[in-house]
Amino acid sequence: MLAFLVVTALFVVQARNLFVSVMLMGIFSLLVAGLFVELDAVDVAFTEAAVGAGISTVLFLGTLALVAAKERPAGPWKPRMVLPFLVVGATFALLVYGSLDMPRYGDPNAPIHGHVAPRYLEQSEREIGISNVVTSVLASYRGYDTLGEVIVVLTAALGVMLLIGRGRRFPRPRPRPNETDLE
Amino acid sequence: MNQHAVLRVVTKLLMPAILLFALYVQFHGELGPGGGFQAGVIFGVGFVLYTLIFGVRSARQVAPPGALRTVLGGGVLIYAGVGVAGLLLGGNFLNYSVLSHDPVHGQELGIQLIELGVGTTVAAAIISLFFIFAGQDRPE
Repeated sequence: MLAFLVVTALFVVQARNLFVSVMLMGIFSLLVAGLFVELDAVDVAFTEAAVGAGISTVLFLGTLALVAAKERPAGPWKPRMVLPFLVVGATFALLVYGSLDMPRYGDPNAPIHGHVAPRYLEQSEREIGISNVVTSVLASYRGYDTLGEVIVVLTAALGVMLLIGRGRRFPRPRPRPNETDLE
Repeated sequence: MNQHAVLRVVTKLLMPAILLFALYVQFHGELGPGGGFQAGVIFGVGFVLYTLIFGVRSARQVAPPGALRTVLGGGVLIYAGVGVAGLLLGGNFLNYSVLSHDPVHGQELGIQLIELGVGTTVAAAIISLFFIFAGQDRPE
């Protein structure tokens, strides 16, 4: 599964046609969703399949309909092109170094399993009365965070509306032809 | 896409199923996987499909932008309103236990209400985002 992910990611970078890239990114999201199902995280997998593979792909296609579908070929090689490579390489090395002393995957003694997680798992059925612990944590124990997330969604939608949406009440002003003559 | 009879018919058949599935995910979220966010996305996907097949103009008649904006803000208001209702009933902000005589019952009620708020905001956000993208003029 992880190997599939890496292969798909390489193809996304390789593809010059942006339409192909968008489709491959949809496939990538679907693979990630499958991975989440394998890790028993069905709620996250559900979100990833619906948002990552569905909505993002459609929005990317909507953007592609507005811009050209071909990537502009990169210019001739210049020495400053090494810099992004170095930054990415250094970040990768740092992340690998940071993951070295993380507890082994599935270790029951890992710190994350010893904090509030056991209490949620044991008490939520009695305290909240619903059987999906993910929902009870999201909506009740961590209700403030979820309220914040909803406000983020609202703000994002408002931002897009203000940036590229056209209100009927305020039509976009057209540049007058004689204004350019003044300069 | 007016001439594709198969696409139009299949879309009309799928629309009720998609919207019903969204409602199922919305109100069944506390028992199975899913919840307000996923339900909102699926509800929005139903409208996206409709827009793709029947065009932005007819989709805007089903969901006028003014109504979308009202629902977009309304979801956040429902969520925050549940919190304020908890305050008024003598609890903390977003404490659902005071919403009903039985604390456990109050928690269930509160979660269902806030999930409704999440779902409506997310659905309205996705539909209006797609309308904006699909309604742009093509640059020459």
